[in-house]
Amino acid sequence: MLMKKLATAGLAAAVAAGAVGVAQAEDGQYIPVLSYRTGAYAPNGTPFANGYVDYFQLVNERDGGVNGVKFIVEECETGYKTDRGVECYDRLKDKNGGATVLSPWSTGTTYALIEKATNDKIPILSMGYGRTSAADGRVFPYVFNFPSTYWSQATAVVQYIANEMGGLEALKGQRFAFIYLDHPYGREPIPTFDILAERFGFTYDKYPVPPATMTEQKSIWLQIRRTKPAYAIMWGWGAMNSTAVKEAANIKFDMSRFIGNWWSAAEPDVLPAGEGAIGYKGATFNGAGTDYKVFEDLEGMSGLSDDGDRGTVLYNRGMVNAAFIVEAVRLAQEKYGKGKHVSGEQVRWALENIDLSAEDVEALGLTGLMPPTTVTCVNHEGTNPAILVQQWNGTAWEIITDWIPAMTDIVRPLIEQDAAQYAQENDITPRDCS
Amino acid sequence: METLYLIFIDPFVQMVVEPAFLVEVLIGGLMSGVMYSLVALGFVLIFKASGIFNFAQGIFVLFAALNFVGLMDLGVHPILAFLITVGIMTVLAFAVDRLVLRPLVNQDPIILFMATIGIAFFLEGFGESIWGGDVRPVRVGIPDAALFWEAGFGEILVQSSDLFAGVIAAFLVTVLALFFHFTPVGRALRAVADDHQAALSVGIPLNNIWVIVWAVAGFVALVAGIMWGAKLGVQFALSTIALKALPVLILGGFTSIPGAIIGGLIVGAGEKLFENYWGVPLLEGATEEWFAYIVAMIFLFFRPQGLFGEKIIERV
Repeated sequence: MLMKKLATAGLAAAVAAGAVGVAQAEDGQYIPVLSYRTGAYAPNGTPFANGYVDYFQLVNERDGGVNGVKFIVEECETGYKTDRGVECYDRLKDKNGGATVLSPWSTGTTYALIEKATNDKIPILSMGYGRTSAADGRVFPYVFNFPSTYWSQATAVVQYIANEMGGLEALKGQRFAFIYLDHPYGREPIPTFDILAERFGFTYDKYPVPPATMTEQKSIWLQIRRTKPAYAIMWGWGAMNSTAVKEAANIKFDMSRFIGNWWSAAEPDVLPAGEGAIGYKGATFNGAGTDYKVFEDLEGMSGLSDDGDRGTVLYNRGMVNAAFIVEAVRLAQEKYGKGKHVSGEQVRWALENIDLSAEDVEALGLTGLMPPTTVTCVNHEGTNPAILVQQWNGTAWEIITDWIPAMTDIVRPLIEQDAAQYAQENDITPRDCS
Repeated sequence: METLYLIFIDPFVQMVVEPAFLVEVLIGGLMSGVMYSLVALGFVLIFKASGIFNFAQGIFVLFAALNFVGLMDLGVHPILAFLITVGIMTVLAFAVDRLVLRPLVNQDPIILFMATIGIAFFLEGFGESIWGGDVRPVRVGIPDAALFWEAGFGEILVQSSDLFAGVIAAFLVTVLALFFHFTPVGRALRAVADDHQAALSVGIPLNNIWVIVWAVAGFVALVAGIMWGAKLGVQFALSTIALKALPVLILGGFTSIPGAIIGGLIVGAGEKLFENYWGVPLLEGATEEWFAYIVAMIFLFFRPQGLFGEKIIERV
């Protein structure tokens, strides 16, 4: 095992340098991958990247691509650093006939690429992250963040807490704790929480965790032990999550009153805390485990990752990310020519016209993994933003709720307001989607 | 006016009103400081013997812990895994001496410092290639329970793993002190640290000494890595803990082992007190990222050699 690892070290370096693709067809659909398999965020970045790349490999091997057009996947290591993410984008965007679509896997990188990608006519699919107001497709035609934005997710999390407490009225006078990565990603939902706090009468203490010292949270948890919040909400990533769960367990915080967003509730976040993590909750939109039809298709396939993370929350989510792209390419081909290479601009149209019903998802073997999704010209978030809540039982994540819808009546006006401001600042005339 | 109250009055009122919280913060800070000291010790050993600031010491901690926990995951007994990892760190020390230090001997210190940055990048990538990027829990029986102590003025939380780390740090410092004072190799190391030329003139082989000191630093890194790994799981975020060792060294002095311990305790307790009593109310928190550096900078103004460092007097 060790020798095999040593022998493949050189190959791994080549992958990191971005030299290996899963298909070599000259006219394939080119998918640049801004992955982070090294550094502090690797425990989360690696399973996500594996699921993403494996799904394209599956489509290439099982189906021969989309109507014969295979995917060419190339990774570029970013280390979850915005500057390296932008560098990777610049390096890869024009290769192999141009990027089909880009998933930056970082809110910071997404922000940095919105203007560039729009000018280059390359759509960005920031699936459940990135700039929330990009959900307004009139101002951000090339950016998509379905199946839900951070703001919608924040409202759904608060709705879940309210459900637990006996209704929205019960939130009045409550005190919550919000622990977040001090990074564009972590700060993104704060305006929404401010509005929710004002509307429903609760207060919340903000606890920023600096990325450079995210494994040092003792002060935060001593404060939480002192203030005894009714609920703790986390917007974390990487080692911040596992540290927070461990520290929460250390102070004997009731883990059933600790909930993370869907980037804060995966296996690497709970395993280091051992039994102390039991009861910790998290939002999600996809199930964990391998009890889904698509995994039967993966059995026996060659060229798949072998890191042992198949069926984990993030591996499965990486697959969903890729599946959305594959379906967008399929839809684009239906409009612009079956069996032909489609451009980024054509895939942008397809992303905007995705309408995947529960039956469509079942046909893909992704029921329970991919939520039924409808995207429109105006609404790039999808028309039914919602969350599921999952809970860690010590060995696996269990989904414990039905879909909890976001408070779109609160979020949508905020999105449109922020998008309008962006349009004004950047001299953009919003599209007419009527 | 309110700001002045929050700076000069409120924190002290809180300390008096809630003494249990103050004690908790103080203990938590001191225990964090011990963990910083464990990392800082490795820097001191190498700097003391060779005058090199080893930027890679943080990665040494990670690399040693990765090997240890990786071997254990392969089914190797913890004691054997520990011994094999000590061997790996010794081989690494030998390789660093032969491949990096010897070719650069007599170069400016900045060149050697840059070389250690190269070592850091290499080891980070090499470790990741061999062992992967997953979080690996360390299960070697280190106690990890939360202890609640009922003091007369309130309940105080102490983490047993922190206490264990304190005991280990004390043991390590004692062993190192005995090693430096009562063994021929230790005396040779001190001689080299005092004056390279004089040490050479009495027949101390400088190259062997460098290998030994880098190997000892590797051993210290392994102990620090196990303690940090038991706390957080062995993961690549551990490499950033070196950031906390730098202000500890500035405070304690780059050449003093007791200084590394005292510096760590000051930084740990100081940053926790500041964060809880001033940082959160006044600055919305997250002050621990920079507080230690501000303290270190102030120290540099008044005592550039640190608390226990050697004062360099150059006469014209």
